[in-house]
Amino acid sequence: MIWRALAAGLCLSACGAPNSALIDQDMITGDSIEQPLVNAPGDPVRGQRLFVDRDAGHCVLCHQVMGLDAEFQGNIGPDLSLVGARLSPGQLRLRIVDYQIVRPGTLMPSYYRIHDLHQVEETHSGAPILSARDIEDIVAYLERRKDVEDDA
Amino acid sequence: MNRIVGCVSLATIAACSAPPQERAHDRLSPDEIVSGSVFLTAETRALQADDFANPGFLWVDRGEALFSEAPQTGPACVSCHADGLAGVAATYPAYDSDTDTVLNIEGRINQCRAKHQGASSLDYESDELLSLTAYIANQSRGAPVSVDTSGSARAVYEEGARYFRTRRGQFNLSCQQCHTENWGKRLRGDTLSQGHGNGFPAYRLEWQSMGSLHRRLRDCDMGVRAEPLPYGDPLYIAVELYLAARADGLEVESPAVRR
Ligand code: HEC
Ligand code: HEC
Repeated sequence: MIWRALAAGLCLSACGAPNSALIDQDMITGDSIEQPLVNAPGDPVRGQRLFVDRDAGHCVLCHQVMGLDAEFQGNIGPDLSLVGARLSPGQLRLRIVDYQIVRPGTLMPSYYRIHDLHQVEETHSGAPILSARDIEDIVAYLERRKDVEDDA
Repeated sequence: MNRIVGCVSLATIAACSAPPQERAHDRLSPDEIVSGSVFLTAETRALQADDFANPGFLWVDRGEALFSEAPQTGPACVSCHADGLAGVAATYPAYDSDTDTVLNIEGRINQCRAKHQGASSLDYESDELLSLTAYIANQSRGAPVSVDTSGSARAVYEEGARYFRTRRGQFNLSCQQCHTENWGKRLRGDTLSQGHGNGFPAYRLEWQSMGSLHRRLRDCDMGVRAEPLPYGDPLYIAVELYLAARADGLEVESPAVRR
């Protein structure tokens, strides 16, 4: 009994990687993560590609961006054509990382999270959907969506 | 990029072709229960409605032949079911007291094979099982879905309901979020339907084949990067029962044609 409890306890700290959060609570201010997840500045061109790419973010599954070269953009989520005028980079970051932190019932998937998930396919378990750098590139792309004149 | 791979993940849970032009679902009230065909293009609906063009009838016809073919080990299905099985599939999944489980049509076929024909189980997605299932389901075409969720089936129904509402996979989405809370909206090229099983087994253009409901459920699970359950898993049968109860009154359409 005791041994089993101990083993379980050990496992929580040592082999519990898939269950621990990638984002510390103290990185969050209000509905925002101010600190970039990587040191290098985000690349908006790569960000746009990830936004469209089926094997990366594929955000167009649910979102629309006016003028973006991608057919059949979804409309389950809000239109993001001018999202940079509405949300700061920190707010964008939190929404892509794990919007469920501030809106538990939201449909918006958490792209940088590995804890509290359920029945995850073996090949994807223990890894977030996007990397920290991917997130920064997408934030850089979206924060520039401020004006209808911006090229998409 | 590999189109097949691309068509499987959520990233691409939806098939890879054009969205419907017609928006027949635009005028629906939020609590109306409608079949998945409502969300398809007029062309796909027409293909489904034409028994000669609908590719699903290849399986229905093969099923009819198999139904009256005796396996080496026992009598043919038709020797017990001379009058056919009209309306039966509309009441499935159903509780079976012999096995004390809830059986779907596939399970009932395999149980009859074991019990009355001395024959081995047919595998899910085998041509034989799909054909027999399609033949039997087609005999309920037009009949309202009506399953019994009382008594011994109750706990199974509850289990299915729980699966439907549980968020899962790397994308952490539930069936309910897509098919109850967001039907009618566009997921890239697809329009989300209410996720009813009344068309299955169905011919899916993306599969280029007939497929069981469990194949569709596996696609949805893999779409959110959740580990799919094995074919015939009791939990998928529970989901099937829940879906049928949720679709109460909707007409059986098998063999439906889907994207
Ligand atoms: C499965 C559907 C889905 C996918 C895929 C998706 N989103 Fe969302 N997203 C939503 C929904 C729904 C909301 C609204 C959430 C809410 O209000 O609770 C949302 C909200 C947002 C917001 C906040 C918008 C605002 O105006 O408040 C941003 C930013 C965002 N998504 C970015 C992204 C990015 C970037 C990706 C891809 C990496 C992405 N989304 C992929 C469904 C999705
Ligand atoms: C991220 C969105 C999403 C999730 C989550 C999801 N599905 Fe689906 N499902 C789809 C899409 C897209 C289709 C194809 C278009 C349609 O019929 O809705 C589909 C189709 C179906 C169909 C076929 C409907 C028809 O008439 O052909 C059924 C049944 C179904 N889903 C059930 C489920 C169940 C049960 C779950 C959970 C185990 C689930 N889905 C989870 C997106 C989803």
